[in-house]
Amino acid sequence: MVEKNLNKLYMAIIFLFLYAPIIILIVFSFNDSKMIGNWNRFTLKWYIELLRDREVLKALYNTILISILTAIISTVIGTIAAIGIYNMNGLGKRLILNLNYIPVLNPDIVTAVSLMTLFRLFGFQFGLTTMLLSHITFCLPYVILSILPKLKQMNKHLAEAAMDLGATPSYTLRKVIIPEIRPGIITGALMAFTLSIDDFVISFFNTGHGVSNLSITIFSMARRGINPVINALSTLMFIGLIILLLIINKRADKNTLKERG
Amino acid sequence: MKFKRYSIPYSLWLLVFIVIPLVLVVYYAFTTGDSQDFSTFQFNMENFKRFFTHIYTSVLLRSVNLALVSTVLCLLLGYPIAFIISKEKEKTRNILILFFVIPMWMNFLLRTYAWLALLGKNGIINIIITKLGFQPLDLLYNDSAVLLGMVYNFLPFMVLPIYSVLVKLDPKLVEAAEDLGANRIITFLKVIFPLSLPGVITGISMVFIPAVSTFVISSLLGGNKSNLIGNLIEQQFRYTGDWHFGSAMSIILMIFILLTMIFSYKFDKEKEGDGGGLW
Repeated sequence: MVEKNLNKLYMAIIFLFLYAPIIILIVFSFNDSKMIGNWNRFTLKWYIELLRDREVLKALYNTILISILTAIISTVIGTIAAIGIYNMNGLGKRLILNLNYIPVLNPDIVTAVSLMTLFRLFGFQFGLTTMLLSHITFCLPYVILSILPKLKQMNKHLAEAAMDLGATPSYTLRKVIIPEIRPGIITGALMAFTLSIDDFVISFFNTGHGVSNLSITIFSMARRGINPVINALSTLMFIGLIILLLIINKRADKNTLKERG
Repeated sequence: MKFKRYSIPYSLWLLVFIVIPLVLVVYYAFTTGDSQDFSTFQFNMENFKRFFTHIYTSVLLRSVNLALVSTVLCLLLGYPIAFIISKEKEKTRNILILFFVIPMWMNFLLRTYAWLALLGKNGIINIIITKLGFQPLDLLYNDSAVLLGMVYNFLPFMVLPIYSVLVKLDPKLVEAAEDLGANRIITFLKVIFPLSLPGVITGISMVFIPAVSTFVISSLLGGNKSNLIGNLIEQQFRYTGDWHFGSAMSIILMIFILLTMIFSYKFDKEKEGDGGGLW
């Protein structure tokens, strides 16, 4: 009994540690003072100012645009690549898989500066395009790594059987392979989206000409004190995600009920 | 199989965006000259010679030291949590693990920045301390603050892989050990812990790698004094413009991480056991 309570206490302390900063951010988004940590009185003015803050809204737009594009493009390339890699063997397969691990194992900053040198060599204009290309590059390996296990689980003869029965490769791909590996594809897409939306290091080195996302805006603000508008925006995004999660959970519960009933 | 060809576009992508950039970084590292003008480049070892002087190596050692301490702290704090959660019923378990993922949905720079409000001179912790009648503490802009930031940001990376291994552990093995007379400590040391090693090793590398290369946490919580190897690389590329020296430091960081990985995977006999990954 004592041990159970000790466990609970320990867990509570860890969760307090994890959530304290988040609670602070949410509470101070309703504070009528520019200083975080200095409570004045309740206000909604940062939420109203958010609607007028061009700089922050532009950064939000860039962040979401980049992460949606990254999720779509890296999922498409990644799915095709995973199917190809799965059907390879020998040295070629090992080589691709090992290269695929490089961005996963390399520190972000090394991936970031190496892409920066590449873009400079090819004379790219630093901006949205370079940011997008670098995001796709560091998300692709994660997409592939979440699809490959699903391909391994798939019955090997399924695709062969379909093609023996006269299905063209592209028909087999659409009607047999992709439905089988769909959970992996969805995980991969979600992963790419979250990695991209939260990224700072890769974006910081591969942007230019005043193009910035939320992370870059926050980093540049940090020295002079962060505008509470950002706190308001993060609170909204955070609550939005939680509502989304609840809806997904509800639907999943309903589905399992249906399956059981 | 026809589908083999499907890997060709990605192979090209890997070549252009992974292989060539790394070759470029190596090329920069072994040359000196005006970073923007290839005709001025000259092959030599100057960058590496410069790095292995007292100032820079001490920065590397400090980064490694901080990263190691934060990895050990994450392991000590995270293993018990993963263990406790893995013992819960399935529904509670899933909810508790979700609580570890949810904080990551808020921008990590912002969450780290929020610690300023907690740790600052007039921050919330100091207000409580002075209310209790003690002297306010210097909590910010030192190595402990950087450590705290690292543990705070990377703790979930330690908990999740360990949890995913522990939860798949066959309870019959634990029962068997207990039936054969092992007490709980022996069972843990001889059965549970060795079986959870793949998760522990994944966790260690997932904490150590971002910790040793961070420049964000140190520049937010460490103040001006706190320079880590990540900060040095950032400065070379963003401000000083000496890409050669920056590349040399990146290469050193990469090799260092590679060696740590090889070293830690030596302990991990089950290389193919994919229970430890996050995906």
